Amino acid sequence: MNNRTKKFIRNKAIHFILLMLAVAIFSFILLELSPIDPVNAYLKQAVISPEQRLILEQYWGVNQPLTTKIWGWLSNLLQGNLGNSLIYRVPVIDVIYERFMASFVLMALSWVISGIIGFGLGIVAGKNKGGWIDKLVKLYCYVLQSAPSFWIGLVILIIFSVELGWFPIGMSVAIGTLSSDATIWQWLARLVLPTLTLSLVGVAPIAMYTRNELVNVLSSDYILFARARGESGWPLIERQALRNTLLPALTLQFQNFAELFGGAVLVEQVFSYPGIGQTAVAAGLQSDVTLLLGIVLISAVFVFVGNTLADVMYYFVDPRIRENESFDKN
Amino acid sequence: MSEELLSVKNVSISFTQYVQGLNQHELKVISDLSLDVKKGEVVAILGSSGSGKSLLAHAILGILPENGTCEGDICYKNEVLTQQKKEAIRGKEICLIPQSVNFLDPLMKVKEQAIGDVKGEEREEALRKQREIFSKYGLAEEVDDLYPFELSGGMARKVLLSTALLSNPELVVADEPTPGLDEKSVKETIMDIKNLKEEGKGVLLITHDINVALEIADRIAIFYSGFVIEINKTENFADTGKLLHPYTKSLIEALPRNGFKLTEGVQPLEEVPGCVYYDNCPIKSDFCKENRPNLIKCGDAMIRCHNYDKEVK
Ligand SMILES: Nc1ncnc2c1ncn2[C@@H]1O[C@H](COP(=O)(O)OP(=O)(O)O)[C@@H](O)[C@H]1O
Ligand code: SF4
Ligand SMILES: [Mg+2]
Repeated sequence: MNNRTKKFIRNKAIHFILLMLAVAIFSFILLELSPIDPVNAYLKQAVISPEQRLILEQYWGVNQPLTTKIWGWLSNLLQGNLGNSLIYRVPVIDVIYERFMASFVLMALSWVISGIIGFGLGIVAGKNKGGWIDKLVKLYCYVLQSAPSFWIGLVILIIFSVELGWFPIGMSVAIGTLSSDATIWQWLARLVLPTLTLSLVGVAPIAMYTRNELVNVLSSDYILFARARGESGWPLIERQALRNTLLPALTLQFQNFAELFGGAVLVEQVFSYPGIGQTAVAAGLQSDVTLLLGIVLISAVFVFVGNTLADVMYYFVDPRIRENESFDKN
Repeated sequence: MSEELLSVKNVSISFTQYVQGLNQHELKVISDLSLDVKKGEVVAILGSSGSGKSLLAHAILGILPENGTCEGDICYKNEVLTQQKKEAIRGKEICLIPQSVNFLDPLMKVKEQAIGDVKGEEREEALRKQREIFSKYGLAEEVDDLYPFELSGGMARKVLLSTALLSNPELVVADEPTPGLDEKSVKETIMDIKNLKEEGKGVLLITHDINVALEIADRIAIFYSGFVIEINKTENFADTGKLLHPYTKSLIEALPRNGFKLTEGVQPLEEVPGCVYYDNCPIKSDFCKENRPNLIKCGDAMIRCHNYDKEVK
């Protein structure tokens, strides 16, 4: 491992710790300021005596000063203890693990599918710049980029579930139960439409970016020289343009982890897919503060991983930067 | 010696530009350009930066940008080059030595770029040839696996040169091969181009460096405001009395004062009906204002000035 790699890892580690700390404290304070009252949330409007209420408030630590609360939460967090979920009545970490795995499958599939199709469409469009394929791809991208993903999800739901009847509408698992009972086939059937939606949406930015990147590359001096040397057509694109387009496109796709996560939250809601997004909405609606905080943290980790992978692409795959020893940014 | 390789006849290059929405605008960069290059000859085309010299090179190779059009004929060995013909012979019989390292793919090792798209046995053969020509120009074996950004200025120039010459072309179009190089590399470049000439190749040297032109070229074409105004033998540039066009004369006379650097010519932006040099010409007549002179033969030279019309008549 050379110096540069060590430095990269060290910087990233510091970044990560600071980011986690900031996200943890920030979201904790935000939730404190919000009108959520954990005692009410727990009681669900049940009537109790003031004495009982006091006991509960003490149990939840409602009246402690903010700093004590934050400190308590952080020190638990450092020990890997995220607390218990109010609505599931199990440790938050267990809920997140199961739900995040479900979301991860959904997001990973959509990421790969949209990446491959988007890159392919972008290349075809850029190669035929100004032609009908190019116009079609651009139209698709503009429409998809201006439509919210939950709306696309609804349209797909209407087409495939309502009109065609291929998939049942809303195969939701009741909030508050974990969905381990579902068979693998039920689970796969559940996966199809959300993946389709997220992929359709995810194609747009990557296709547009790839197209523009390829158009730029094709008008570059080195393509000019390659053509002057007699190279032409698809081999020219494959040999020189593809590599120069793939690197930035892949970097963008990693940076898109945040959008992917945001899209998943909405799409899971539309299709009642039992993933982390749906759980986040449920936790919010039912004032499950510990679960919500846990989800915020895990999503921050997820986005951080995406950005780190993009940086790795940038710093270690691109030979121009790979061999440049003056790496002292970040 | 006098076998004609390249002959450019009345070539004009213009661009269609869209200004403010759908308003089309024709931008003429090169007008009525004629010149020729013979075997074993170096012809320099001398003009200031941004005057369209690279575009001429690109037109010869058929790699103008989409919005560019080229009128007139470009002939190679007395045969008019159509776009198909250009595509067939470029990189084989005609090659371009480009301006800078930007003309190399940043993500590809230089040897891969040099050999081009070849596979299997052909690839071995191409790599052998590539090594041979890289050695000829003093590039060590390590250079083969370098990426363009790892090359020094002098190395980059050698890589561009050997990459272009790999196919052993007959006509070489060298686009500004010297700027940005240290003195030693400039000397080497000059030697390299002289050697190409010795090998019997024809060289069209595009430059804005008059000293380089004077040192290497057999003939020099003076490019002014999109027009070639004079083509003359290099030896005649030693004596302004032997030069024809008033612009060329003032250019050469001004050289000692300007530290032997080419002055940026004042180049009219709008198309004028008469002579492009009218505004600055000390010997102009009213006739020059409205009537454009043609490039005509005058002895061994070519000249675009009304003063010589009469002489010829
Ligand atoms: N694609 C294009 N569209 C419009 N104008 C262009 C285009 N390419 C080049 N030009 C024009 O041609 C001129 C540059 O010519 P160039 O051959 O690069 O000059 P030189 O090589 O003599 O420095 C520029 O001034 C620019 O106005
Ligand atoms: S044509 Fe007239 S204006 Fe132009 S250079 Fe000759 S004398 Fe001068
Ligand atoms: Mg140029």
